[in-house]
Amino acid sequence: MAAAVGSRQAGVRPSNARLLAALPLLFAAVVGLQVMRDRDRRPYEPPASALWFRSGDAVKRMALGFDNVLADLYWMRAVVYYGGQRLQTTATPNYDLLDPLLDLVTTLDPRFNVAYRFGAIFLAEAYPNGPGRPDLAIALLQRGIERTGRWEYMHDIGFIHYWWLREFPKAAEWFERAAEVPGSPAWLKPLAATTLAVGGDRRSSRLMWQQLLESSDSEWLRGNAEFRLKQLDAMDLIDSLNVAAEQHAARLGRVAQSWQTLAPALGLRGVPLDPAGVPLVINPTTGRIGLAADSPLQPLPDEPPPASAPAPARPQL
Amino acid sequence: MRTIALVAGAVFKESVRDRVPYSMVAFAVLLIAASYLISQLTAGQDLKIIKDLGLAAISWFGLAIAIFIGIGLVSKEVERRSVYALLSKPITRGQFILGKYAGLVFTLVVNLSAMTVAFAAVLAYVDAVTAAGVKAGWPAPALDPRLLVAVVLTIAELMIVTAIALFFSTFSSPLLAALLTFGLWVAGHFNQDFRNFEVVLDVAPAVWLGRALYFLLPNLASFNLRAEVVHGIDVPARAVLLSLAYAAVYISILLVASVAVFRRRDFK
Repeated sequence: MAAAVGSRQAGVRPSNARLLAALPLLFAAVVGLQVMRDRDRRPYEPPASALWFRSGDAVKRMALGFDNVLADLYWMRAVVYYGGQRLQTTATPNYDLLDPLLDLVTTLDPRFNVAYRFGAIFLAEAYPNGPGRPDLAIALLQRGIERTGRWEYMHDIGFIHYWWLREFPKAAEWFERAAEVPGSPAWLKPLAATTLAVGGDRRSSRLMWQQLLESSDSEWLRGNAEFRLKQLDAMDLIDSLNVAAEQHAARLGRVAQSWQTLAPALGLRGVPLDPAGVPLVINPTTGRIGLAADSPLQPLPDEPPPASAPAPARPQL
Repeated sequence: MRTIALVAGAVFKESVRDRVPYSMVAFAVLLIAASYLISQLTAGQDLKIIKDLGLAAISWFGLAIAIFIGIGLVSKEVERRSVYALLSKPITRGQFILGKYAGLVFTLVVNLSAMTVAFAAVLAYVDAVTAAGVKAGWPAPALDPRLLVAVVLTIAELMIVTAIALFFSTFSSPLLAALLTFGLWVAGHFNQDFRNFEVVLDVAPAVWLGRALYFLLPNLASFNLRAEVVHGIDVPARAVLLSLAYAAVYISILLVASVAVFRRRDFK
């Protein structure tokens, strides 16, 4: 102490070398302790997430003019929540908070386009990949139409009627309504006509996904459309191969049990691949060709049709 | 006028020496830059999220600068007793208050300009790295000039907040002035509810009181055009001009009140 005072008196500043040398050691110690803490104890995660505020109007008042930023934060939470439930390994993912979250987002920012469009996709997705609630998806989009009148939401409602509910006349009706909105694209009219004429036909499905792929500015939506188009390609390929396999079976009087016998008979050089690059498989009992269980294109949309798919323990939103 | 400019210059120099605004601007610039990363967490509408966060950061940190510096403008001089030396010079109390206000507003404008430049740089980067096909789907371009309207109105709102902070600073302690200013800022954003008080309460005196408060308190919510601008919706020039005129008149009221209170103060 006396030496320190003496050195200060002499005008020499005390050296920080020891203190600076201690810093890396202290940091190393804190990292070590953190690793031990992480090993020792996992942070508590409640079995179900909680949403403290459900009233969009109340949250809007509390936002004090920063409604848009709060809407962004709730939107990120909705995306993470949906992704987290979808990816979780338990047999019964719970999507209870998805609709209230989307309602909060769209009340805080009534023009949050992506929240309506993606939100509807999330809500309509069949269980367990989503809550399987096309009714809530349609209600969300209808709120969007009331607030903004955008043709895209009318198109999306038509799409939900077409793809998930298999209600083709209603789908055509919504495409028609979307086509009447000034500034809507010209392809909506023929889409409405095709849907009405050949609803449920794979060509009209392809047309719809193709339009979505070409018209969407969202990478995620385009990726989804590409995936669905690959599924439709896979279905076409499987159908054509099954027809050829049936003809081969009729000629031989028995079904082919493997590609070793079937591929040369059909003039194929090897095992045919699905559009995702995974080899197709043959059911040795029935001789039917289908997707491999590990194909990323599974499950194909018509196996079984979504509208009649049994929903295991579907939660109520 | 020259005296006011001299006081304003001194306030600006003092705030430059003070590191608080620097750290605020640094945090704001960091948040604006981070908005690009944050937008990657979401599915779609990245540009909207960058714009929302950028404009909000400018507003939040501008508010913090306005309150933290504004509340000490007069009370610090009184506490340090430097006000005696100042007022013994050929300067009226009115010139002193106006100079203080002008100096802080200049500081605010400089800081907000720095944040706006950082915001524009992030938007320019997003614009440069985004494919033309994606840009075609944007409701408004990245570097939309309408964003400047939102920034100008934010500055106008913060000029009112600064005048409020200065007013409270003329007769109360910094802590109390900060609480009162923040409280008035919050009330200013609830203003519309006072106007429609009859919706929640069917009592005539309360309704009239609500109406009176609606006109008395600063209506700050009308300075918020961030949502419209972010979504590329045209803002009528008349609405912007009316808001700016309202800010000018409200600031005048606060400055007149501040001068009146300060002139009555006894520094013996």
